[in-house]
Amino acid sequence: MSDIAERVKKIVVEHLGVDAEKVTENANFIDDLGADSLDTVELVMAFEEEFNVEIPDDAAETIVTVGDAIKFLEKNAA
Amino acid sequence: MRRVVVTGLGMVTPLGCGVEHTWAGIVAGRSGARVVEGFEVSDLACKVACQIPVGDGSDGTFNADQWMDPKDQRKVDPFIVYAMAAAQQALDDAGWHPDTDDERNTTGVLVGSGIGGIGGIYDASLTLYEKGPRRVSPFFITGRLINLASGYISIKHGLRGPNHSVVTACSTGAHAIGDAGRLIAFGDADVMVAGGSESPINRLSLAGFAACRALSTAFNDEPTRASRPYDKDRDGFVMGEGAGIVVLEELEHARARGAKIYAELVGYGLSGDAHHITSPSEDGDGAYRCMQAALKRAGITIADVDYVNAHGTSTPVGDEIELKALERLVGNTAARLTMSSTKSCIGHLLGAAGAVEAIFSVLAIRDQIAPPTINLDEPSVETGIDLTPHVAKPLAVDIALSNSFGFGGTNASVIFRRLDS
Repeated sequence: MSDIAERVKKIVVEHLGVDAEKVTENANFIDDLGADSLDTVELVMAFEEEFNVEIPDDAAETIVTVGDAIKFLEKNAA
Repeated sequence: MRRVVVTGLGMVTPLGCGVEHTWAGIVAGRSGARVVEGFEVSDLACKVACQIPVGDGSDGTFNADQWMDPKDQRKVDPFIVYAMAAAQQALDDAGWHPDTDDERNTTGVLVGSGIGGIGGIYDASLTLYEKGPRRVSPFFITGRLINLASGYISIKHGLRGPNHSVVTACSTGAHAIGDAGRLIAFGDADVMVAGGSESPINRLSLAGFAACRALSTAFNDEPTRASRPYDKDRDGFVMGEGAGIVVLEELEHARARGAKIYAELVGYGLSGDAHHITSPSEDGDGAYRCMQAALKRAGITIADVDYVNAHGTSTPVGDEIELKALERLVGNTAARLTMSSTKSCIGHLLGAAGAVEAIFSVLAIRDQIAPPTINLDEPSVETGIDLTPHVAKPLAVDIALSNSFGFGGTNASVIFRRLDS
């Protein structure tokens, strides 16, 4: 697992209060991990903070699974 | 109008988590005041407060994880967590866990706070300043709004009746209970979860209340002596935190399900000073009319009242004015009246104070005892009213009155009576 993937999963576990084993790359934040729309906004903010990137709203809307977040950050994080 | 009774009690206070734990401390005359822990106080004029004992939940300590999902705790200020704890306790105590549509639709929530999420507002404003608007949490607003205590409680317990809140500074808790009682009396609800919650202990609040000269500053080295209502050396209030919540219920509804009934809420009075933003009018007119209105609603006179839980915050001006208002009300019967300020033990819980003190009044009826005013070594004025110095007093209490007065000149009195006494 990449360093980015690990950091993403750690943030998801902390913010959504879910067990680490549930946080797979296919896990959907809302359907599988119990997030609501405000939780996903906060998650994106946490990714921005952790990886020092700006995630525009239209890009944020495409991040619906853990894997989406990892892919986006692997591509865009410095 | 329909009659309203108290069937459940819950609280989190500086003397512990839970009604019985707190009440045992109050009756024993224990002080919850300490030098403030958790943040820097060296540059503050007031360095003492009554903070909730945090722990693993055993022995009366408060463990937030027992009352609210840690994932949700992160999103809210502590006043909401305290309210969740006190509401759960009160509903459990009442044995009221509505699960039909009808039961849920007729059970409401009315929990207030004086200043709500001031700690979170302070933190978020620093985030905005240091990191910019994109770092302000989507939960910033929902975790600070005062009515979100009622909101979170209703969501957790599925209570779909009236969902309301009160913001009247230090009268909040009393107004919440009085207003909730009226919603039941008028038939808007059969059961109400009502009270107040407050989490004000941070640098900003201590600086602000000290700036308006409301806090004690002379006892930083002797915290347990700082809150001393009616004593000649009092110099301001000691800030407290916590929540008090009751379950109020329509009398026949409570009887039909065989609920334990603590007391009836028989009186509720309100008034405004229309005088000054922080000082009561010197003649105590607002307090006088407030108590008078509650007595009239209860259909009794002050001579029928056995115990008064005073607002008595330990400020130099306020205590004597309340006493004067009460003396004016009792006239020649003063010698018979017993009053105490439980703020001497737990400090001033601001928006939660009126609710916590209403509960103490109910417990005075249950246990036939007047809790003490600790630290009252020498009253600043002579009075025929027994201020219950130092130690609790066994007392036949059928009727108890609790006063709350707030900044802005907002006053509330509630009266409880042993059922059918």
